[in-house]
Amino acid sequence: MQAFTSHTGIGVPLRRSNVDTDQIIPAEYLKRVSRTGFEDGLFAAWRKDESFILNQPTYAAGSVLVAGPDFGTGSSREHAVWALMNYGFRVVISSRFADIFRGNSGKQGLLTAVASQDDVELIWKYLENTPGASITVDLTSRTITAGDIVAPFEVDDYTRWRLLEGLDDIGLTLRHEAAVTEFESARPSFKPVTRGG
Amino acid sequence: MAGTLAEKIWADHVVRSAEGEPDILYIDLHLIHEVTSPQAFDGLRLAGRPVRRPELTLATEDHNVPTTPGPITDPVSLTQVETLRANCAEFGVTIYPMGDAEQGIVHVVGPQLGLTQPGMTIVCGDSHTSTHGAFGALAFGIGTSEVEHVLATQTLPLKPFKTMAININGDLAEGVTAKDVILAVIAKIGTGGGQGYVLEYRGPAIDAMSMEARMTVCNMSIEAGARAGLIAPDETTFDYLSGRDHAPTGDDWNAAVDYWKTLRTDDDAVFDEVVDIDAASLTPFVTWGTNPGQGSPLSASVPDPALIPDENEARAAEAALAYMGLTAGTPLREIAVDTVFVGSCTNGRIEDLRAAAAIVKGRHVADSVRMLVVPGSARVRLQAESEGLDKVFTAAGAEWRLPGCSMCLGMNPDTLAPGERSASTSNRNFEGRQGKGGRTHLVSPLVAAATAIRGTLSSPADLD
Repeated sequence: MQAFTSHTGIGVPLRRSNVDTDQIIPAEYLKRVSRTGFEDGLFAAWRKDESFILNQPTYAAGSVLVAGPDFGTGSSREHAVWALMNYGFRVVISSRFADIFRGNSGKQGLLTAVASQDDVELIWKYLENTPGASITVDLTSRTITAGDIVAPFEVDDYTRWRLLEGLDDIGLTLRHEAAVTEFESARPSFKPVTRGG
Repeated sequence: MAGTLAEKIWADHVVRSAEGEPDILYIDLHLIHEVTSPQAFDGLRLAGRPVRRPELTLATEDHNVPTTPGPITDPVSLTQVETLRANCAEFGVTIYPMGDAEQGIVHVVGPQLGLTQPGMTIVCGDSHTSTHGAFGALAFGIGTSEVEHVLATQTLPLKPFKTMAININGDLAEGVTAKDVILAVIAKIGTGGGQGYVLEYRGPAIDAMSMEARMTVCNMSIEAGARAGLIAPDETTFDYLSGRDHAPTGDDWNAAVDYWKTLRTDDDAVFDEVVDIDAASLTPFVTWGTNPGQGSPLSASVPDPALIPDENEARAAEAALAYMGLTAGTPLREIAVDTVFVGSCTNGRIEDLRAAAAIVKGRHVADSVRMLVVPGSARVRLQAESEGLDKVFTAAGAEWRLPGCSMCLGMNPDTLAPGERSASTSNRNFEGRQGKGGRTHLVSPLVAAATAIRGTLSSPADLD
């Protein structure tokens, strides 16, 4: 995983709540067997609308998405994270993320920064008044800087540490493989297996 | 120390716990399907890692499969399914492919085989894994990176979930189903209300439900944002499991039941949150918007966004009505649909098909409506056919299909056309979920069947 310390990039105000993963990437784009190339499916339905924010040249190179509450609800598809990252996003700011989406993001190095809805509103206004402005999201100090606005954001300590170090979860777990083996040796015999015997 | 059911199951699966780190939780059963697994297997190959416990892993083909006879014609869908088959062969994972007697939607297959048992931890790269919570199993959806993690280690690093009791107090009126209960719960707590929580459904209305009804309730826990849904196992659970292919037998059965009986929230345990719902107040419930929390009793009218106090919710409702082509104040019963879909991991089991068949029997689907009935698995299909339900549906003018996820998410050819409106027993009414521009109303199997007959959103009571 790519490490994340600080990122500065064009902020994209997305004034919508409940942006579900079917909107982030519709099911028809999920048929690929690779992790790349999903950027063409990002917000596919909305991008057919010329006025959609990513269709405006000012925002097309955006890398910090600032969205309404309950971002990433619905399907567990990690393709939503791949689509955002393949497009070029490194950070999503929202007052509330769906659990699975936030977990998937943390595995891939997409920072989900939880800011207060009041601060999201301030950042939206700033970005709408100064289209194409850059935002800095600093994971070390857990702050978002947008013009004169300096807003704190939340991210849990463990995810922050993994992002800062760029650590792979599987490798971390395998450090404790002996504990897994010991646990397995004590599992009750009535637990099912998927093979006939 | 007193604990909730979720906390007890959690504690029984902790491999390692350390200050400041997530717990490493052991996973008893890992279900996989073609959509969210290919990149995970790729990751294993790149790292040279095997599947740690293939015998705790099971694959089925469901999202892409056509529901009409014949092979997959979409080359991209076919590649995805063939990739799953190749991966399962390479890594030694059991798979139930299209045409197999055990094939079906992953969340229908696990329970009917008896693989889903109380006290287990169950994961799948699919958010509706919450379904399995109906058995008192801690079951939740995961992303593809986590699928790879479970394949490689049979564990997941996780922080304990918070707990919420959802008490469904009293008894449900006749004609009010599990689907109406869960839609009402989501409307009450919101699509984000369950975030971070395991929802434990309790109370007389839940105790009285069949296993299949309990699965419908737990299935949609994710639509309230919850990590999982949970119902304590009881005699209904044990009766359902007894004799199933993978259920324990002999001494193992007795040992298992002894353990399962301990799986209850202690009387003095404290939930982080408690929600009370009066069962008697519930009536058939339908959605009018583009998220599962935007629902109302069928007897109500399309709400007026101007009267919604929260600014974000009002804006969302306004956008939803524009997308859905609805006007505030229209009685929900007057909304005409083009398609009725009965199926999915929410309502594609045998009891759902029986309920819908009982309504359409001796009647005919309205001329303006096409009705698709898609069993949740090959076993459900065969069972329904042995009871003659297929004949009931086709005699009424409905289409009887082969099992799969089908129109729930339209990854196969079953989709809505732009602007087309459906009454659907599935779980998501998101924009474009059932096809680009499609408009979805989530309903119970009873409402779906009555709607198919009348052509507008209806309950069976409207047919008399």
